[in-house]
Amino acid sequence: MKAQAGGYVRATDVSHALRMLAEADGAGRVLAGGQSLIAAMNMRLSTGDMLVDISRLAELSGVTDDGDCLRIGALTRHVDIGRDPLIRRFAPLLSEAVDHIAHAAIRNRGTIGGALAHADPAAEFPAAILCLDATLHIQGPDGTRSVAAGDFFVDVFTTDLQEGEILIAITLRKCAQGEHQVLEEVARRSGDYALAGLCLIRRSSGHRVALLSVGATPVLATGAMAALDTGTVDEAVAALKTEIDPPSDTQASASYRKHLAGVLLRRAVARIEGGQP
Amino acid sequence: MSDSFRAKVDIALTVNGEPVEARVPAGRHLIDFLRLDLGLTGAHASCEHGVCGACTVRVDGDAVRGCLTLAAQLDGSEVWTVEGLSDTAEIRVLQDAFVARNALQCGFCTPGMLVAAQELLHRRPIPDRAAIREHLSGNYCRCTGYEAIVDAVEDTLRKCADEDMA
Repeated sequence: MKAQAGGYVRATDVSHALRMLAEADGAGRVLAGGQSLIAAMNMRLSTGDMLVDISRLAELSGVTDDGDCLRIGALTRHVDIGRDPLIRRFAPLLSEAVDHIAHAAIRNRGTIGGALAHADPAAEFPAAILCLDATLHIQGPDGTRSVAAGDFFVDVFTTDLQEGEILIAITLRKCAQGEHQVLEEVARRSGDYALAGLCLIRRSSGHRVALLSVGATPVLATGAMAALDTGTVDEAVAALKTEIDPPSDTQASASYRKHLAGVLLRRAVARIEGGQP
Repeated sequence: MSDSFRAKVDIALTVNGEPVEARVPAGRHLIDFLRLDLGLTGAHASCEHGVCGACTVRVDGDAVRGCLTLAAQLDGSEVWTVEGLSDTAEIRVLQDAFVARNALQCGFCTPGMLVAAQELLHRRPIPDRAAIREHLSGNYCRCTGYEAIVDAVEDTLRKCADEDMA
């Protein structure tokens, strides 16, 4: 189907974009890479949107080294995240996530900020930034504010972003020497949304486990994390299965997703340890 | 233009090397702008939600989905379709390999396949078959003639690499 937009404006800077969102009076939609928004508009899940195109705002793009942290501009495209040397070295989970996101032509235009603001529970970046315990930086009519990834994802396609606000950047602590970050998922076709996916970080202070496609939001598996810190992989898999409540749909049943989550945890641990799951 | 919402947007861009000025509805897809407004029917509109890849064209150097891009977004951009890439002979070697390998049946997916495959031509080291398949995984062939398409792309990559060495 064809998209039915109510209007379009190309923002010249962030304050212009915020002004236009305010003017749109509730119908405003931020257009970045458009790879989810335009698809939703084409399916008429959304009509009459007043599109505020921020895709040309160069100040919102790129990765910078902030000492202990990396700062990733919200408009940084998937393809650029995938090949960025800072990301490869200090947030390899994100580079690995890019390999699983859709297809090359979509990665050429999609942006990390767009993916996070869209908050598809089956998408890789939301789970990855939750696993990384990243911070999201948001600008609105009253100034800027920061939100922890753990507080950002509220429900399916729903985030802490309020009407009239724009996600500006993401910051995350740099990966330490000897830290491991891996992502495992199972999809029916390469580039499709995963039936289930799992991010695992092992650092000296402990483990982080976040899952995608097993709930309404990306899920931080605190039980599995604690079990990995002190116990065995078997205990972590058992803990994981009690703390996720995945949906059943036409792609996979809840019990199959639960099973997959355990398999993925074993695979992720095995990859870090260099053995076979 | 930048001060208020417009239902119709003025754009100036180049398409296949030619300057184009147009006024497009805000929701006009790039693929429909190319096909319906400019008569460039090489790339196809098909699934219209980014899954099939038939609408793949090149925007500012990158292969993108014509159905997930609005014409209104492209003021100042450089767009190339299969027609332009054919006229400049940029993808001649790929097209010759598609013919030699009979890498098409109905031909519907071919323009998108060519634009997507072209992105691999400059990649070094040469991708193996699995990587070619992975790269083309966003382009459906409804006749399911994938084997010959991968053969053609692999032939082309080998040929280009040999020419680089020569």
